[in-house]
Amino acid sequence: MENHSAHSEHRDDEGSRLGMWVFLFTEMILFFGLFLVYAVFRAKHADDFHIAAQQFNVIIGAINTIILLISSATVAMSITAIQLNDRVKAIRLLWITIGLALIFLVNKYFEWGGKIDHMLYPGSDLVTSLKQGQILFFGLYYFMTGLHALHIVIGVTLLAYIASQVKKGKVNANDHVLLENGGLYWHLVDLIWIFLFPLLYLIT
Amino acid sequence: MESKHKHITPYRHYAVVLVVLLFLTAVTVIAAFANIGAWGIGLALLIASVKVFLVLYYFMHLKVENSIFAIFTGLVFLMMAITVVITFFDYLYR
Repeated sequence: MENHSAHSEHRDDEGSRLGMWVFLFTEMILFFGLFLVYAVFRAKHADDFHIAAQQFNVIIGAINTIILLISSATVAMSITAIQLNDRVKAIRLLWITIGLALIFLVNKYFEWGGKIDHMLYPGSDLVTSLKQGQILFFGLYYFMTGLHALHIVIGVTLLAYIASQVKKGKVNANDHVLLENGGLYWHLVDLIWIFLFPLLYLIT
Repeated sequence: MESKHKHITPYRHYAVVLVVLLFLTAVTVIAAFANIGAWGIGLALLIASVKVFLVLYYFMHLKVENSIFAIFTGLVFLMMAITVVITFFDYLYR
């Protein structure tokens, strides 16, 4: 029931959000395909996955999980702020979210960097000399976290754009579906990480 | 549910959900270090599922949205579950 009579403009916020959800479903299914590949290879190469996963630092993974959970909460709170017509707070919460996302990416950079320094990257002499299951694990690790990191970069760009629209007043207490949809996208990034974290870091 | 008399979730609600999510993360990590063996991955996935539910329901507003949103989401997850079952039947009994 979005067509409130107070406005003459034609707007369907609920339809807009539903469209965003349909897009998010395609994203979920994209990552689900990778999870399925992971599950099958893990079932076939349980020991290799176990050994390969020991290379990973649970603490860094846990810190990144905490960062994303907090950023998810801050973006949700920014919607409350805009609904209460507190634009300054909404913008501040969006920038906190973006800052947390950047910290996540820095952690990811160091994690990947550390792995690459130890010659653990797809196609390296070391990795190709490993057993089949370990090669698959490292391939999946880089692909899944890489695709996820790409989503973080897109999300940061989107949230920065939305923050600028809030500042201009184009996103406001009356019309904030753009912020809601940006928030939904950001929560999706969090959802995917919630599954990636135990599967990649905690399976030992 | 939008509009003048729309539902505005208080900040405090998000904070409470966040605390629960962080607590569940801590449980996952502690369980991993405790090395409870084959149950570990099952427990980790169970906790992850609870966390995903909390994010979908509270942060992504399925709680206050038109119920069609939750129905669609449920169907997507059901489809994924069916795909997992069919795939594993294929792998295990081929």
